[in-house]
Amino acid sequence: MTTLTQNEQSSQVKHDQDSEHGDYRMFGLATFLVADAMTFAGFFAAYLTYKAVNPLLPDAIYELELPLPTLNTILLLVSSATFHRAGKALHSNNADRCQRWLLVTASLGIAFLASQMLEYFTLPFGLTDNVFASTFYALTGFHGLHVTLGAIMILIVWWQARSPNGRITEQNTFPLEAAELYWHFVDGIWVILFIILYLL
Amino acid sequence: MSKSTAALAIGSIITLCLLGIWIGQNVNFLPVDASTNATVYDELFKALFSIGSILFFGMVGLVVYSLVRFRRKPGEKGDGLAIEDNLPLEILWTAIPTIVILFVGLYSYDIYDRMGGMQSLQTSAHHDHQEMESIQKIWGGIGSGSIDSTNKNLKDSIPIEVTAMQFAFLFHYPEGDILSGELHVPVDKPISMRMESKDVIHAFWVPEFRIKQDVIPGQPTILNFTPTKTGKYPIICAELCGPYHGGMRSTVVVENENDYQAWHEKNSKVSVTSS
Amino acid sequence: MTISIPPSSSDQSKKLQPEGWLRYFSFSLDHKVIGIQYLVCGFIFYLIGGALASAIRIELVSPISDFMPRDVYNQVLTLHGTIMIFLWIVPVVNGAFGNYLIPFYVGARDMAFPRLNAVAFWMIPPAGLLLISSYFINGAAQSGWTAYPPLSITTPAAGQLIWILSVLLLGGSSIFGGINFIATILKLRRPGLRLMQLPMYCWAILGTSILVVLSTPVLAGTLVLLSFDIVAHTGFFNPTLGGNVVVYQHLFWFYSHPAVYIMVLPAFGLVSEILPVHSRKPLFGYTTMVYSIMAIVVLGFLVWAHHMFTSGTPPWMRLFFTIATSFIAVPTGIKFFNWVATLWGGKISINSAVLFSCGFIVNFVLGGITGVALAQVPFDVHAHDTYFVVAHFHYIVYGGSVFVIFSSIYHWYPKFTGRMLNDSIGKLHFALTFIGFNLCFAPQHWLGLNGMPRRVAEYDPQFIFFNQISSVGALIMAISTLPFLWNVINSAFTGPLAGDNPWSALTPEWLTSSPPPIENWEGEAPLVSKPYGYGENPEKPNLTSNILSDQSNSDSEEDEVKK
Ligand code: HEA
Ligand code: HEA
Ligand code: CUA
Ligand SMILES: [Cu+2]
Repeated sequence: MTTLTQNEQSSQVKHDQDSEHGDYRMFGLATFLVADAMTFAGFFAAYLTYKAVNPLLPDAIYELELPLPTLNTILLLVSSATFHRAGKALHSNNADRCQRWLLVTASLGIAFLASQMLEYFTLPFGLTDNVFASTFYALTGFHGLHVTLGAIMILIVWWQARSPNGRITEQNTFPLEAAELYWHFVDGIWVILFIILYLL
Repeated sequence: MSKSTAALAIGSIITLCLLGIWIGQNVNFLPVDASTNATVYDELFKALFSIGSILFFGMVGLVVYSLVRFRRKPGEKGDGLAIEDNLPLEILWTAIPTIVILFVGLYSYDIYDRMGGMQSLQTSAHHDHQEMESIQKIWGGIGSGSIDSTNKNLKDSIPIEVTAMQFAFLFHYPEGDILSGELHVPVDKPISMRMESKDVIHAFWVPEFRIKQDVIPGQPTILNFTPTKTGKYPIICAELCGPYHGGMRSTVVVENENDYQAWHEKNSKVSVTSS
Repeated sequence: MTISIPPSSSDQSKKLQPEGWLRYFSFSLDHKVIGIQYLVCGFIFYLIGGALASAIRIELVSPISDFMPRDVYNQVLTLHGTIMIFLWIVPVVNGAFGNYLIPFYVGARDMAFPRLNAVAFWMIPPAGLLLISSYFINGAAQSGWTAYPPLSITTPAAGQLIWILSVLLLGGSSIFGGINFIATILKLRRPGLRLMQLPMYCWAILGTSILVVLSTPVLAGTLVLLSFDIVAHTGFFNPTLGGNVVVYQHLFWFYSHPAVYIMVLPAFGLVSEILPVHSRKPLFGYTTMVYSIMAIVVLGFLVWAHHMFTSGTPPWMRLFFTIATSFIAVPTGIKFFNWVATLWGGKISINSAVLFSCGFIVNFVLGGITGVALAQVPFDVHAHDTYFVVAHFHYIVYGGSVFVIFSSIYHWYPKFTGRMLNDSIGKLHFALTFIGFNLCFAPQHWLGLNGMPRRVAEYDPQFIFFNQISSVGALIMAISTLPFLWNVINSAFTGPLAGDNPWSALTPEWLTSSPPPIENWEGEAPLVSKPYGYGENPEKPNLTSNILSDQSNSDSEEDEVKK
């Protein structure tokens, strides 16, 4: 097969598998998040259809309280910003600051989960009361699962980013960047969810 | 292309079209047509069958011809011609299917309209005792089954309530309060059925009428038709509904006006005394 | 401007992989091993699914339900549909050939994520065994492969839940595979290789993977909701609790219509690889072939409700979906005409691979035409849920995808094993399959139109004759598997050696040894800028470098043709 490559030896590319691979992993993660978004899209579509064609009896309609979810929205949005801070800190090779911001982000996420729990306990309807209630719990629950996973991921990254012998450094930013992308994604979904479930 | 091959090609295309049209018009794949829907349906079927035959035999012809004509003979060497593209050809075989599809689409729209499929279900659902609320929940079905359906015609139609359950159909005639496991209808009279299921999804299908509609729990559906030939035809449940789905059948009896009245008379008395 | 990829030096991980037969049972990261794993695993499930189909056809020899209890019949047909779709066609046309061929086609040494790749494969056997074991535990799911509620909520819960779990696993495997393919095709392309130079199968897999990534998660979400209805007694799809059964159907078909293109687009790609090689002509209309794939991907998302024409959908919706569905015939038709144009004027070797590919064209056109008929609402109102539909989709999934899989096995077997299959036995296999297949499914068109619904274990006695013909056809199909199996197994040991490139093909997988070495090429990856550069060009005779000549010196002539 040598004939095939006559005029190709000249160019040299450093074939460094590991450093090259980071790019594909982010790309793969992004593709996965598109898939994940489609799951939410399915739930949203179901919810909106129920709303349109299965009107509830008047006594089954509840006004959702807004304060807690609004607080939740703020918590998540702020946490996106703090995560961004953590990323920046890592890039300037300041592992301590990075860790601090990560911890803040994780706490915000956990605060979100706590306040979500609080809301669940104060809601006047349960999972199986009616279709609306079921879809509400399915959507927020599925999102909460994502937040839980994200919080765990952040804590792992936080643990690994500890200097000086941590695995996450300026050279190996992939875990942090992956967690960050995921976290922004989860926040974005929440904003859509907030608009559709609470505001519409 | 030489003149003789061109003539041959055009000749075979014409033969193919004639063959396809002949097949579509003369090969009958359908049971008797016993409703106004059925005659309209058969018209569409013939057209689709003709078009389908032309396309299918044309493609088979092309493939078989290529395999025979362009096969590699023993000992033969070399390649075929390096033709990679031909824009006019590509345009041609994009345009032809597009035209066929547009024709088929418009034609079947017309047919569907004549079946009454485009009529708003609210107007054809004229069950007076139904409250507005439940009518709003009606999900679909087929409107009036007669070609010259007018609202007046619909007013004359016989209302029947169909209940499906594992594994039977139950027919209720509000006029006379008859409950029957067999559907009796007079010939040439429009029928308007409101169907609902008690458990899982079933489907009401009469092949000779060419109509089918799912019977759904929680969401009533409407089915209108006008039988045109007396006789007994099977009612078949067409949606998987459990182990005895295959046995969930009933009969529709299309009778002339007198027989129907007699049946109606007999049964409404019974139900009056019994209830 | 072209850049070459030298062999990677960091292959310590590969060294740890077992060698020889053992590696096919290991967690191998080699895309070729994984491809073969998919293929063999899929074929075993095909035999199981086919055995279930045989049980169906035996039951239907007589009009009464006598061969098995009625609920077992429903379990059998549910398992048959699920196994054939999720464990045979989808994993094989995507996973098996995709894994084997795509890295070659993009000039890479492996997939983008080898580990994810292995994980995706190893999700399949457990999921399949789980599915089949449900039959022995408490009875398998019995609500059809569509699992429409409320039936799927009211039938025994254990079988249905296992079915859901298994389909979720298979869907997950499919999504991982799709992500891997997209990353490999878009990111791992050999430098210098442009998208419009890729072999058609890459485009088919790219389109399919987009479908997989966008539609499978919706199915997953839907099935999770369905399992809530079963376990937690929520009411998403339970009308007695205020739910809506039609919503399930919308969500299900939003996945499952694209799923039919997941089953057939890769097959289109494979045929596009096979026909040019054996007819010694370039693939006709490369550009339109690419655009038609993408058109099918887009249109494929807009047609799902054609499965729901009788489900109680409003008239405007029925019309929209009629038109959208019909229009898929246009891009599909373009592909078929291009294949015929590829054959036209070629020098076609009539071998098993070509016969199966041409059988595919013939069968699929019939299945496609009945599909366009079904897309017309007034037609479908009569034909929905009858054997006409069963005939339609078997013409497509069996006459289409399965024929292409056989064709591909005949075509790539020399590459997989280094040995040739016996072509005479292959032709016998083709003849039996083609006859049995048509005998089995052609009569079902008539059965459906005349009043035989699908998914029934008992039927009206007027249908006995055609049902028995159909069963005879199924028997012939079952018999036809035997010469194939013997051929494949026997040739692996005693078949004549194939050499690197028995078909004098130009696509990159042939430009290496058979079977290929661990990292695909001993030296650098070749840049194949014209994968279909076959044929004599009377105007530019110097370009006729790829003419099929004596096998012996064909090597030197597989020179790439530079623009
Ligand atoms: C690989 C699988 C596959 C593929 C590719 C297709 C392709 C198509 N299918 Fe099919 N279909 C199924 C698998 C598939 N289907 C299955 C499994 C079911 C049943 C599901 C269930 O209920 O269990 C089903 C059911 C199904 C239905 C619902 C029937 C019902 O339940 O009532 C409909 C209705 O519209 C339909 C239509 C089509 C159409 C229009 C195409 C088109 O893509 C076909 C296009 C191809 C051609 C048209 C041929 C080539 C073109 C030419 C030669 C050009 C000229 C042609 C014309 C101008 C017409 N299919
Ligand atoms: C996707 C691919 C696919 C394939 C390849 C097939 C292949 C076959 N199918 Fe398929 N079928 C479906 C997908 C497929 N089917 C689907 C999705 C349904 C709908 C299910 C539902 O309604 O939910 C269906 C439904 C279906 C029905 C309708 C059932 C009903 O509605 O009541 C019938 C009936 O004839 C049938 C028959 C067959 C036959 C005879 C084959 C044959 O082609 C099979 C040929 C293969 C063999 C015969 C194997 C040979 C080997 C042996 C026999 C040896 C066995 C050895 C061991 C086990 C070690 N199938
Ligand atoms: Cu009722 Cu099937
Ligand atoms: Cu479809």
